[in-house]
Amino acid sequence: MAKVTLTVNGRSVSGECEDRTLLVHFIREKLGLTGTHVGCDTSQCGACVVHMDGKSVKSCSILAVQASGSKITTIEGLAANGELHPVQASFKEHHGLQCGFCTPGMVMASVDMINRHGGKLDEKTVRSELEGNICRCTGYHNIVKAVLAANAEMNAAKQAAE
Amino acid sequence: MGVEGIGARVARKEDKRFLTGKGRYTDDMVTPGMKYAYFVRSPHAHAKIKGIDASAALSMPGVIGVLDGKQLLADGIGNLICGWMIHSKDGSPMKMGAWRPLAADTVRYVGDAVAIVVADSLGEARDAAEAVAVDYEELPAVVEAVDALKAGAPQIHPEAPDNQIFDWELGDAAATDKAIAEAAHVTEIELHNNRLSPNAMEPRATLGIYDAAEDHYTCYTTSQNPHVARLVMSAFYNVAPENKLRVIAPDVGGGFGSKIYIYPEEIVCLWASKKTGVPVKWTADRTEAFLTDAHGRDHVSKVKMAFDAQNRITALKVDTIANLGAYMSLFSSCVPTYLYATLLSGQYAIPAIHANVRTVYTNTVPVDAYRGAGRPEATYLLERTVETAARELGVSPAELRRINFVRTFPHQTPVIMNYDAGDYEASLNAAMQQADWDGFPSRKAEAAARGMKRGIGMSCYIEACGLAPSQAVGALGAGVGLWESAEVRVNAVGTIEVLTGSHSHGQGHETTFAQLVADRLGVPIDSVSIVHGDTDKVQMGMGTYGSRSGAVGMSAVVKALDKVEAKAKKIAAHLMEADESDIVIENGEVKVAGTDKSLPWFQVALASYTAHNLPAGMEPGLKETAFYDPANFTFPAGCYICEVEVDPETGKTEIVQFVAADDFGNIINPMIVEGQVHGGIAQGIGQALLEGVHYDESGQLLTASFMDYTMPRADDLPSFQLSHQNTPCPNNPLGVKGCGEAGAIGSPPALINAITDAIGNNRLTMPATPLKVWEAAQATA
Repeated sequence: MAKVTLTVNGRSVSGECEDRTLLVHFIREKLGLTGTHVGCDTSQCGACVVHMDGKSVKSCSILAVQASGSKITTIEGLAANGELHPVQASFKEHHGLQCGFCTPGMVMASVDMINRHGGKLDEKTVRSELEGNICRCTGYHNIVKAVLAANAEMNAAKQAAE
Repeated sequence: MGVEGIGARVARKEDKRFLTGKGRYTDDMVTPGMKYAYFVRSPHAHAKIKGIDASAALSMPGVIGVLDGKQLLADGIGNLICGWMIHSKDGSPMKMGAWRPLAADTVRYVGDAVAIVVADSLGEARDAAEAVAVDYEELPAVVEAVDALKAGAPQIHPEAPDNQIFDWELGDAAATDKAIAEAAHVTEIELHNNRLSPNAMEPRATLGIYDAAEDHYTCYTTSQNPHVARLVMSAFYNVAPENKLRVIAPDVGGGFGSKIYIYPEEIVCLWASKKTGVPVKWTADRTEAFLTDAHGRDHVSKVKMAFDAQNRITALKVDTIANLGAYMSLFSSCVPTYLYATLLSGQYAIPAIHANVRTVYTNTVPVDAYRGAGRPEATYLLERTVETAARELGVSPAELRRINFVRTFPHQTPVIMNYDAGDYEASLNAAMQQADWDGFPSRKAEAAARGMKRGIGMSCYIEACGLAPSQAVGALGAGVGLWESAEVRVNAVGTIEVLTGSHSHGQGHETTFAQLVADRLGVPIDSVSIVHGDTDKVQMGMGTYGSRSGAVGMSAVVKALDKVEAKAKKIAAHLMEADESDIVIENGEVKVAGTDKSLPWFQVALASYTAHNLPAGMEPGLKETAFYDPANFTFPAGCYICEVEVDPETGKTEIVQFVAADDFGNIINPMIVEGQVHGGIAQGIGQALLEGVHYDESGQLLTASFMDYTMPRADDLPSFQLSHQNTPCPNNPLGVKGCGEAGAIGSPPALINAITDAIGNNRLTMPATPLKVWEAAQATA
């Protein structure tokens, strides 16, 4: 058994788990944060994407013990003070989700994508960047729209603040 | 329509929980004392089970129990069944082989469940499953339907000699043969409709809970139709009587047909919960999903289409062999028959049609409905044949379709269906205009100058949705009625709960069903809650598949609303001393027409529950139930156009534009309808370009992960251009037709027609991988 200490959504947590426990299972089962999903067993689908020290990672591809000491943000920690994050709000406005299963991973990957590209995103880049997240419901059309709209909004907000 | 009523682009009520990680899917459920299951599955496609030794597994840490098929049989748990009886043309009933929830003596596909291990943790259950020693005697296997019919093929079920389940026909063989003999032109083609894995993103899961004190079972499951699951598990599998079994399908992460059926795991986990005394949860990993979720399609067909000298279609003859896998899944028999051959007239007036369909057992996972179910197979067959004919006849593909369109309604086809309304040319014209069809030659020339081969293709589809008139499907062999039920429960404060047997697993019912109520009563959608997915809460239901929730499920809500309104009007007339016929309900008020008298909606509701002053003899309360049985199928139709560029050096196809022009009848929420079409087209493009299930000759599944089975990803697809040309459906109160499957039905032939146009070679099978396209292009170069 291994001891794991993490900061998850701003809260310090620790717990014991089998050495082989993946971060995603630790988050879901030990912490009860079931918004992070498991959609495959080959690190292909991206339903399990969380942010680890500010960068998106597939939480099925890292052991909980490897993540020990890091800061994790899950989908539950994205909205602040009851307000949806702009990416969450944009997914709702543009109907970027249907069954909702891939959605947490899509949203977390999109937030990181927008942050990394500093406002410079076009449809081709968004489609290319989402290659690691599979959705079976939406055909990606409205996800791409939602990401581009959120990107524009976040960029405008950033410029207004500067 | 109002800002929240019918036709409004309302953002979804359910989104917030999904966007904040608060969705509640089956695998998220935790109950006190819950343990984990892992299934021991056959590694062989066909083998005898000589013995199972679980002693090593039972002594491993955390293991609570290992249960096998002999124990299951001894406890009287029944076999899985197919619920739709098909008779062969010689009158004999279909040959249904025994499908045991846990195989007791023979395994028939890789992944066939043999035993269940229950342990404290999933890891311990998996470790112990590896230690269960199963002694197999391997038998020869067969995976292709055509091979399974050959003399000397391995025999899969003793009940089905030569592996044939049925040999069925529809239509007039003599008239069809005569028309072909007399034709000015006959187009012949052989087509393969590739086998697909549905791959809803949420893997199947179940949590079985047995309460010994109450002798009661609760089953959480990833189901599109929890009431059907309860019915089947009670009536046929002998798990528990209906009053002792509650089935809950909470948030479900996509279905596409694959979550209609009752699979072995639900049955086994409920039974194992009783045997072990602990709640038992099982969640498929993706490999298990590939191995055990019902696959779709897998048809091989020979087609003859006859034309007269004016290029009018005079006959269609189809001979299809459909692979149903190792066992007959719940609705497997109706997919390649009544959901397929009945649509072979397409959008065309064809005087004579004959279809012969043979269904076959193979050593592969069972095949059943997958988005579209039979209708994509019919559309692919027809639209590739019509396109081929246009090329042979030297007529433009649009012109050939125009010549043959059905133009008057109702239209009786020679294959059962009676089309009620449509305007096929309107969608064709809209699609051609949006795609700038006329400008294609210059785009092709421009592409050629860059060394690229550009092609354009169309597809005109029709489908039958709104499943289905119970009497009609009963006469065709269905074991169930296909009505839907709803209850509208007005609370004393005027808020409303709608209980529906339809199930939402991405379709947005919590929004669209609320829009319907908002439209009728003028109340905000926030005051309307939709309750679904729990057999203890919702009275009865047949669930969601076949694009039926709008046409059938919402029609049941309309009927219940009619009753609620009628009673509310009686109460209001009594309270305001007015004539009942003068009462109108609008904008959240109950008014006396032509006067300034009115009551807020909630006061009428409150009056119904206080019951201090009701009309003489009236029962208190404002809550009504209705069952709706459709009068006919509905017939969504449309025209899809795809334009591609093929790189002749690599065979890689790029979709440069995709246009969809659909007739769905009236639309409740255009935003949600568009989303359904986007998703359907993506699955259709997946089938045409990327996806294909492959077994090797020994029956090992080669495409059992997302690394081996190509799912459409964002960078494989373009953005789509949509439009609607709606003719309201005359056969249901809302005039809706259904939109869930159209995209998957209409798109594959449009894409293949475009690629074959680009490369100038019609011999191309799905998925049109770069290698296949390159080879086909070389053959004509």
